[in-house]
Amino acid sequence: MRSRSAWTVFWRTVLGRAYPRIIGAQREKSWVFFEIFLPLLQVTAYVYIYRAIEAPPEFIGFVVLGGAMSAYWLNVLWSMASQLYWEKETGNLELYIVAPTSRMAILLGMALGGMFATTLRAIAVITIGMLLFHVSMTVQNVPVLLGVFVTTLVALYGLGMLLSSLFLLFGREAWHLSNLLQEPVSLVSGFYFPVRALGQVVAAAASILPITLGLDAMRQLLFPAMLGDLRFLSPEVELGILAGLAVLFLILARRALGYFEALARREGRLSIRGQ
Amino acid sequence: MRADESRGEALRSLRVAAWLGWQIESNWADPFVFAIYSLVKPLAGALILVFMYAVIAKGGLQSPLFPGVFVGNALFIYVPAVLAGISWTIIDDREHYGMLKYVYTAPVNMLTYLVGRGVAKTMVATIAVVMMLLLGTLGLGVPIRLGDIDWPLVLGSLVLGSAMLAFFGILLGGVTLVTARHNYGVGEAVAGGLYLLCGVVFPLDTLPTWLSSIGRAIPITYWIEAWRRALLGQRTALFSGLSDGALVGIIAGSTAVLAVLAVLVFRLAERRARAKGLLDMQTMY
Repeated sequence: MRSRSAWTVFWRTVLGRAYPRIIGAQREKSWVFFEIFLPLLQVTAYVYIYRAIEAPPEFIGFVVLGGAMSAYWLNVLWSMASQLYWEKETGNLELYIVAPTSRMAILLGMALGGMFATTLRAIAVITIGMLLFHVSMTVQNVPVLLGVFVTTLVALYGLGMLLSSLFLLFGREAWHLSNLLQEPVSLVSGFYFPVRALGQVVAAAASILPITLGLDAMRQLLFPAMLGDLRFLSPEVELGILAGLAVLFLILARRALGYFEALARREGRLSIRGQ
Repeated sequence: MRADESRGEALRSLRVAAWLGWQIESNWADPFVFAIYSLVKPLAGALILVFMYAVIAKGGLQSPLFPGVFVGNALFIYVPAVLAGISWTIIDDREHYGMLKYVYTAPVNMLTYLVGRGVAKTMVATIAVVMMLLLGTLGLGVPIRLGDIDWPLVLGSLVLGSAMLAFFGILLGGVTLVTARHNYGVGEAVAGGLYLLCGVVFPLDTLPTWLSSIGRAIPITYWIEAWRRALLGQRTALFSGLSDGALVGIIAGSTAVLAVLAVLVFRLAERRARAKGLLDMQTMY
């Protein structure tokens, strides 16, 4: 009876935390506009660079896909990693801590809600990008493509949950760290060019970020002819590594949350604002 | 006497706001970490371009387009820094620190206060621009030679460009005064649009005609062209018929128009914000 009740609370918390992201975020129309429009601006600028240097048309597809996937990375940075900092600033964090529920359920709700809302925006970016720039993709292996996409998201949001726990200790540094992790990650993960161009060593190091392997695998599956010479690893190997990263990040997130929450309590950082 | 007092207040507001802006920007980390933080972002942005050219362009970094693109991208660091620096101040003071209403009750010249808050970001941007240009010259073969630089054009571009961007920032600050907080902020959104429309990383005529026409109506396009001419001695084909004097004239004229427009819009927005009680609005939901 006790156990059933705990599960009920867990899932109700997940749904409750996901709700504002799935429903609430759609109510603020300007956010929907900004979250689709801004990545599209970036994508369009990079598309015209490739057009100016007369790149093969598949590279336009790489950019559109990279732009859509960048929406997930931005969501992980600003709405997962930095979220507990915002909650601290707005006075919600104390309420989370005193609530009789699991903090992992709160993070999971944030992740699921963020994933859903960002997927809507990513679909919009891909659709508009394909229509605007006449991108054609060939889906050769749907099950592997879906597997790579879903596993990438699980690993990516697992990393977001881990970062969220780490950022619990931070004040303004959280904002700056998220800011800092935008362009460098766009570079090392190959958002706008194949990651292999950075060399095997850098690509291997960047593979700790799930989006690196996810993007490379999806590009191979959607643009098989073009990426033949520029592929990093085979999609099946990348899928296996992504699955491993997903499990690793979720376990680490759970451990880190307990550790950093205890540390933040001891150091009195849970309720400091305007830092 | 009143004019002297007013000028004194404006200068004091500028100085104090610049100091405050610098503290907010930099005192969350030790100077070494802050220096790395300030350089890593623009460096990564530039390297994305470098790899795109290295992988695809015929001739890689020897492509004739590359130097102009690299310089345009390096100088564009100023644009989001100043625009977002000034307009984000409104959000930061109003919603994060809850101080905007107190700033309004103090003997502060709001326009110079906002410009002052943008000064810190401009200083950081200047270091990043210089480092990018050094990287380009020493590491990537961008042909900038000290002896060939057109220094008067550099000085003109720097002074006029700073004024133009500051007024652009004030204009956006006015818009921000009467709008809700957005995930990104008006400054970043506008900077993203300008990156696309002003021919920063590709020749403007690569865009469809209607988009390049918009780009040609934006003064920042001419400002970037002036920098390319000053540092590389390179004229973009689209503006090859435009003399350096005409270019500076366009930048100066559009800055003057922008100045009038920015102050007008800001004052109107300020009046509306007071009337609607928006000076202490909280939209951090």
